[in-house]
Amino acid sequence: MEITILIFLLGGLFLGWSLGANDAANVFGTAVGTRMVSFTTAAIICSIFVILGAIISGAGTTETLGKLGAINALPGAFAACVAAGISVYLMTKVGLPVSTTQAIVGAIVGWNLYTGSSTNIQVLLTILSTWILCPIIAGIIAMGLFTFTKRVILNRKLHILRLDAYTRTALLLAGAFGAYSLGANNIANVMGVFVPISPFTDVNMGNLFIFSSKEQLFLLGGLAIAVGVFTYSKRVMYTVGNDLLKMSPVAAFIVVVSHSIVLFLFASQGISAFLQSINLPSIPLVPVSSSQAVVGGVIGIGLLKGGKEVQWSIAGRISLGWMTLPIIAALISLIVLFILENIFNLTVSF
Amino acid sequence: MFGLKSASLFGETKKLEREIDEFVDIVSEVGLVFKSIVPTYLNHSANGKFEEMVEKVKEMESKADKITKDVEHTLYEETLIPDARSDVLRLLEHIDELIGMYQGNCYHFSIQKPNFPKEFHDDLIELTETVVNCVESLCLTVRSFFRDIKSVRDNAHKVTFYEKESDIKFSSLARRIFDSELPLDQKMHLRYFVEKIDRICDQAEDIADEVQIYAIKRSV
Repeated sequence: MEITILIFLLGGLFLGWSLGANDAANVFGTAVGTRMVSFTTAAIICSIFVILGAIISGAGTTETLGKLGAINALPGAFAACVAAGISVYLMTKVGLPVSTTQAIVGAIVGWNLYTGSSTNIQVLLTILSTWILCPIIAGIIAMGLFTFTKRVILNRKLHILRLDAYTRTALLLAGAFGAYSLGANNIANVMGVFVPISPFTDVNMGNLFIFSSKEQLFLLGGLAIAVGVFTYSKRVMYTVGNDLLKMSPVAAFIVVVSHSIVLFLFASQGISAFLQSINLPSIPLVPVSSSQAVVGGVIGIGLLKGGKEVQWSIAGRISLGWMTLPIIAALISLIVLFILENIFNLTVSF
Repeated sequence: MFGLKSASLFGETKKLEREIDEFVDIVSEVGLVFKSIVPTYLNHSANGKFEEMVEKVKEMESKADKITKDVEHTLYEETLIPDARSDVLRLLEHIDELIGMYQGNCYHFSIQKPNFPKEFHDDLIELTETVVNCVESLCLTVRSFFRDIKSVRDNAHKVTFYEKESDIKFSSLARRIFDSELPLDQKMHLRYFVEKIDRICDQAEDIADEVQIYAIKRSV
């Protein structure tokens, strides 16, 4: 493999790192922040399941991103990833929970604009609609689960310590499921743009199975996410767990589960095909934002409690961040593409 | 790795649950002993039994102290119930103080040997019974805090009820003591004892209020 290819892949790995640093906090932030789960345990479980999710179920959302804009040159893919990575970093600096999903979509549209490729409006609208649907669905799931769980806990009359032990275990399981769903749903953000131009070749693993080039890319992306989790997510986890939201451990568990279910729904080819087979509208396989899912879940629980605890001004600021992030990513993408093409003389599209 | 950790987590949890239950049992038992200690003391002929009972209260108090320390260590070492840990520990400490108040009363009876004339015996026994009932209700409140949060308010309400009862009985008895023909020093000495017994109820009510706040904080 050429060294330049590796350098370009670094763009994706950088984005993977920022995904691990930020979005992993959505999965385990409340558990670690409330000290229900230790950071090391969270990081290990998160890394393992992110990689598994990416390799096993990462294909569905990647196809959708491919349809939005098929970046066909490595420097172009590099530019998109770097633009997405920088914009996520900038938003994180401002303290707004954003996701790589919105950034990469903005960056791909930026590439389309720069290269004069057409943006598939239908796909773009589908993606945008899921950004509205995702927090709403997460909120509704959280409300339902919270009501149910609360009733069970009150009726079972569990000892405070027993409930604590169960909640810890549940947080670990929900975190594992969340990390799997995050890997499955969001690996497309990190490696999706590289799939059409993958530098890897399929490897036959002793006639047992074929380790496809796509899966190799996803493994690499998963590893980058894992590095992000281990190196940078601790602080973000404590921020999510302590500063952003004040929740009971049980509520934290419900938020993680609702988030994970939403991410899983939007990544599962199986569920989508099943819904189609029974003539129901299928769920679009779209990389959704884990931050949106978490915020949706939290607001759902807040609404159940009368809505007084929800900091609506912060919710408004977060929504504003969600709207501006794709635009910022698109602009940065344009700038990076311009620099690559005109200063480094690289071909950003064919 | 995780299996072992979770096995030890559930093991520790069960052990702690037992210890906390045992702790509340001790409070309840000390109360029952105290309920018989006062009539035993007043009945001078059974003084040997009285000292035996004081000794029993002392043993139970040491046991409760040990449990408080154990629970404190385990909660911090295993980082259990991080959101309610400080509340639980404060609660146990305050209940431990309550046991200390029972013990203090026993010692004062044993050392100072107050001379209660026969006409006050029934009132003093009644006051003691109300105080013990108040603490019994507190035990229920504490148990419900740990297991059945919905019942905390009902049980705490009973604590308040008995506390008011005890106040009424204390005032009435104190008034009768001071209305009597006894010398002033004896009146003051008896009032000191009556007041000390009544204070147990005040402490119980404070703890019940505390538990209600913790319960609101603990709501899922």
